Amino acid sequence: MTPTNAGTVPRRRPFDPVAFLAVPAIAYLLFVYALPLLWLLVRSVIGPKGFTLEPIASFFADPFNWRVMANTLKIAGLVALVCLLVGYPTAFALAWARGWVQVVLLAAIILPLSIGVVVKAFAWQIVLRRDGIVSSTMVGLGLWDEPVRLLFTETGLVLGAANVFLPFMILPVYSVVKLMDLRLNEAGATLGATPFYRFRRITLPLTLPGVVTGTVFVFSLSVSMFVIPSLLIGDRFQTLATLMGRSFLLMRNEQLGSTTAAVLLVLAVSIVVGSGTLARRLGDNA
Amino acid sequence: MTRLEHSAIWAVWGVAATVVVFLLLPLVVTVAVSFGSSSVFTLPPPDWSLKWYARLATTKGLAPSLVTSVEIAALSTIIALVLGTLCTVALVRGQFASREAISTFLVSPLMLPGLVIGIAMLQAFRELGLRGAWGSLLVAHVVITMPYVVRTVLGALSLFDFALIDAARTLGCSYPQALRRVLVPALAPAFLTSGMFAFLASMDNYPISIFFTDAWTKTLPIQMLQYVEESPDPIIAAVSTCLILLAVLVLFIGDRLVGLSRLADF
Repeated sequence: MTPTNAGTVPRRRPFDPVAFLAVPAIAYLLFVYALPLLWLLVRSVIGPKGFTLEPIASFFADPFNWRVMANTLKIAGLVALVCLLVGYPTAFALAWARGWVQVVLLAAIILPLSIGVVVKAFAWQIVLRRDGIVSSTMVGLGLWDEPVRLLFTETGLVLGAANVFLPFMILPVYSVVKLMDLRLNEAGATLGATPFYRFRRITLPLTLPGVVTGTVFVFSLSVSMFVIPSLLIGDRFQTLATLMGRSFLLMRNEQLGSTTAAVLLVLAVSIVVGSGTLARRLGDNA
Repeated sequence: MTRLEHSAIWAVWGVAATVVVFLLLPLVVTVAVSFGSSSVFTLPPPDWSLKWYARLATTKGLAPSLVTSVEIAALSTIIALVLGTLCTVALVRGQFASREAISTFLVSPLMLPGLVIGIAMLQAFRELGLRGAWGSLLVAHVVITMPYVVRTVLGALSLFDFALIDAARTLGCSYPQALRRVLVPALAPAFLTSGMFAFLASMDNYPISIFFTDAWTKTLPIQMLQYVEESPDPIIAAVSTCLILLAVLVLFIGDRLVGLSRLADF
């Protein structure tokens, strides 16, 4: 990160005045973002009579909430899996591509990133209808006997979410694939390794850090998504984020909303922190 | 090369081609619907028409929400550019501990659920007595735009050779002059691209904004989603098409400035 300091011997000075430049930004995020989040966590264990685990306990005592958590993790897992299966090969294509092919691939991946989720979820509402493109294509290909409505189904939700989050899988994998030394694979071939063995022993370990980053990105984004499930599956199927949003915005149930928010926050932070540790361990082994 | 490898390579290109279609599908559908005459999203449209665009101007609430969104996005991007750049200078030039942790902290709002950040902010603002919707939106959106600025400017700044500043000073520039004439031009592409993407992120944000809107102050995505839920018709597709056009424009400028592949750096 700091090549300018690369050559110098680290020398601990009492205090570096340049550090003051970082103060406004850090103070801003601390007061507007970090402390409110911390406050949210603290409030979830403080009732009118001081410290209490009662809201958390009653949240976990309700079987409905367990189903909501299972829904959340299941959908996020499926979305991450779909993105991995489709995104991994695409990252290689992106690294191999030259000229206009590369431009088309890059544009197709980056352009959706700069378009809002409301726009895309609205478009998927049209695509997934009974007379939508997916259904008519499948019928046209003879794969389905009759039109099927995918809107308001779990399949539709996974398709739409995978579409929105796919770039977050492709780009991290691409960033490790393009740094890969292609001669390693040739060396493996010269030494008589089969293509499958080379993939398993050379390509896969070298790309694993990108896979971990991408999977964690997609998984945590899917755990937190709110607009996509609201538009593509509706109220019958609740995830932690939609339950939380509904508690605050529709039911005005602040207690349930705060507890759900705390659970979701702990889940999201542990995914990010856990994956950081995992990525570091992978980096050490490589 | 074995047959297995050949078929693997073909499979990779096959998947990549499908992905291009898959990723562009929602955008193409939106544009097609917006230029169609059908009000029930028939595809392909029975006839082409511009009537949805003609109705944009008269759709209630659309213009004010667009103004609010642009104001908030522009101001929060400028604030993030100033605070973020100062901070990245400290991170690249400073000699203090935990610089890695600080940059992770500044980018972390991207990784946490927006809805949770939004409600935490709402509760904190309420305690502090900050009630105005517009002001709250602005304060909140700096948290959205900051990660984009920090990520891109940090990358550009760590490639910058600070000896150039010393050289400019030897040649007679004052320190602020040297910064303005050497550092700012060198970082201009990073400022522009990160600024544009931060602007778009703020324009498109839903989960944080939803907590800070009231009957009079709404941002564009909030107004759009409300419209989709109340009376879905291709007017939303027309608005979306304008937003897609904006994103294409930003991408084009970004490509001219730093190249598409640099935008893909993660």
